[in-house]
Amino acid sequence: MDFNLTEDRRMVLDTLSRYLQDQYPVEHRIKVAYDAPFHDPSEWSELANLGLFSALADESVGGFGGTGFDIAVIFEALGKALNCEPVLPLVMASRLLGFAGRDQHALLEGVENYAVAISEPDAPYELSHINCTATSEHRLSGRKSAVYGGQIAKTFLVAAKAGNILNLYQVDAHQAEVISYGLIDGGGAAEVLLDDTPAELLIENAVHALSDAVNAGIVALCSEAVGLMTVSYDMTVDYLRQRKQFGRPIGSFQALQHRAVDMLTEIEQARSITIKAAAELDGAQASRYASMAKNLIGRASRLVAEEAIQLHGGIAMTWEYPVSHFAKRLVMLDHQLGDTDYHLSKIIDGLASDLSNHNAA
Amino acid sequence: MDLNFTDQERAFQSEVQTFLADNLPDDIAAKVRLGDGLTKDMMDLWHSILNAKGWLATTWTKAFGGPGWTPVQKHIFEEECCRAYAPRILPFGLNMLGPVLQKFGTAEQQESILPRILSGEDWWCQGYSEPGAGSDLASLKTRAIREGDEYIINGQKTWTTLGQHSNKIFCLVRTSSEGKPQEGISFVLVDLDTPGIDMRPIRLIEGGHEVNEVFFTDVRVPISNLVGEENKGWTIAKFLLSHERTGIAGVGFSMQALEEVKSLAHTIRRGAKRLIDDPLFAARLAKVEIDLEAMKITNLRMLFQAQKQGAPGPETSMLKIKGTVINQELRDLARRALGPLAAPFPGHVSDGNILFGPADTAFNAARYFNNRKTSIFGGSNEIQRNILTKTMLEL
Repeated sequence: MDFNLTEDRRMVLDTLSRYLQDQYPVEHRIKVAYDAPFHDPSEWSELANLGLFSALADESVGGFGGTGFDIAVIFEALGKALNCEPVLPLVMASRLLGFAGRDQHALLEGVENYAVAISEPDAPYELSHINCTATSEHRLSGRKSAVYGGQIAKTFLVAAKAGNILNLYQVDAHQAEVISYGLIDGGGAAEVLLDDTPAELLIENAVHALSDAVNAGIVALCSEAVGLMTVSYDMTVDYLRQRKQFGRPIGSFQALQHRAVDMLTEIEQARSITIKAAAELDGAQASRYASMAKNLIGRASRLVAEEAIQLHGGIAMTWEYPVSHFAKRLVMLDHQLGDTDYHLSKIIDGLASDLSNHNAA
Repeated sequence: MDLNFTDQERAFQSEVQTFLADNLPDDIAAKVRLGDGLTKDMMDLWHSILNAKGWLATTWTKAFGGPGWTPVQKHIFEEECCRAYAPRILPFGLNMLGPVLQKFGTAEQQESILPRILSGEDWWCQGYSEPGAGSDLASLKTRAIREGDEYIINGQKTWTTLGQHSNKIFCLVRTSSEGKPQEGISFVLVDLDTPGIDMRPIRLIEGGHEVNEVFFTDVRVPISNLVGEENKGWTIAKFLLSHERTGIAGVGFSMQALEEVKSLAHTIRRGAKRLIDDPLFAARLAKVEIDLEAMKITNLRMLFQAQKQGAPGPETSMLKIKGTVINQELRDLARRALGPLAAPFPGHVSDGNILFGPADTAFNAARYFNNRKTSIFGGSNEIQRNILTKTMLEL
């Protein structure tokens, strides 16, 4: 057993952390995240030059990483810096293009941006609910919702149903109606409206590939949350030490101490389930552990965000004080790739089938 | 035991309902429902409609132009206003300064100031909190030094709600450093046009502008603007706090939010099913509905007690704690219900360029974040727990 990082991952982490600290600190992020294009294009190129994107992709597709732990290490660092670059869609696109056997050098070099269009207004999280349709000539109709990174994508990877089969298609952004917008927690997304839009079939019967991309995305989001929670906790405890009321630091009040300890405990649990999900990412139980992680992260993130605000008091309600932006990101992360309830229902489904196996035996 | 209103109270209730149906402008109600900020003109308009009816200054005695309602009537009025999505009447002039002047002010102050609150000529805001004095308000440092027949004020106030619309501010200032911190505080009225005042906006977590910080540099105010005695401002502050306590549970706002979440849960679909058919979401909603049903009765029990005793007791701190938690939970559900559609920055979809899922939803995530303030302001829920510990536990 060894919970230490390997030498390679340690180096990637150090390089990335130093870069973010020096070149892309939280103050800069808050400046770029809320105005179009809702990220910093020159920093995006810099991150590519650092080799960050290749570290998120498997050797077989031209990268040098791409395992659950590679994703986890990088996204925790991105989370600590509250980074709003659309790295999540890149990870998911890389895995999908890998399944499709497509060249992805342009993606990993950061010169061609992809976004993954799964969610729909009536099918926010569940693949089997998808309603977007494809004809046999690969023309797509339907609406894809809250497509993260869609504001800068040249190409959309779109999940759509041909009859009863869920396929993956590639759509040129120029061919679709793309409505871009910023997000309440920073960063950007788009609505993608398809109306008999020409597409290219990438993967026939793509349920497995899409589940894998979603699971990888969940490991990324959970790791990002661990980074966000760690910083939120640190800022909160710092504040408890510094802020004086009634002639003493407010951290000397036991009522507040215990709540900070509860935050800390939840963060450790969140970190543990994320490590488990990362370890299982390429295994047969990947979806089960991804669901466990996303559920626990959803609960822990809300607690940490709300307690960070409450323990700070009014100052955390301001735009100027960074903890508010960490809290927004932590809460809104639950709206991506399945929320707390959705993933709980997946675990409940698993329990039910365990029991039927039990009865059968 | 009888949970029903009396016949007279029921008659009053339908009178209020009829008035609201006839007089509340639709565009204003729609904006309140959406959670979009009202313009100053809209707030002024509703203020003048209520004033014309004589239902504006609900906390004032009849002698000063109040309607002379019982606490139960006041409760009925507030609940019906919420049900109709009427704007909340800003408390600073009407429910805070008004009662203070009626109890502590000179006849001259009452005559010159109260009518201007009713007419809407003066907008008052509150200068209480400071960067270093929040929960520990008595440690405030903004100083007023007497020179001839003027005070010279220096210092900084913060969290001044809607100060950007105001022309007057009432402040707690330090006039003495002798004795306990509470003993050197005075209650002073300040014209915001006075030279030396600088008001700056504070942008909130969701991007909105509703609070401000106010800087005072050598601001000269006539001594006649002192309310009550010098160094006795803390008594006024405490009196004001007890006034703030009625309606503190925000039951009406939670009833609005509950209706909204129910409507969302019936409209929004997850695949072929409605969101309300998801047992996990339904369980969240059912639990908070149970809590709210209990809170309505707790609220009425405390109201009944207040009516009997003449003033609300310290147990109303429970209303603040539980009331804000219920409201925040409902705002969480409204956000959660929308799934990915909750994600856009509110301003980016409110201009009608995208039909964003069910109507009325564009501000839901913003309202969730903005509402985190309710467990912080007006005495944080931690301070409320301290009050309950001191007054109820007898440890």
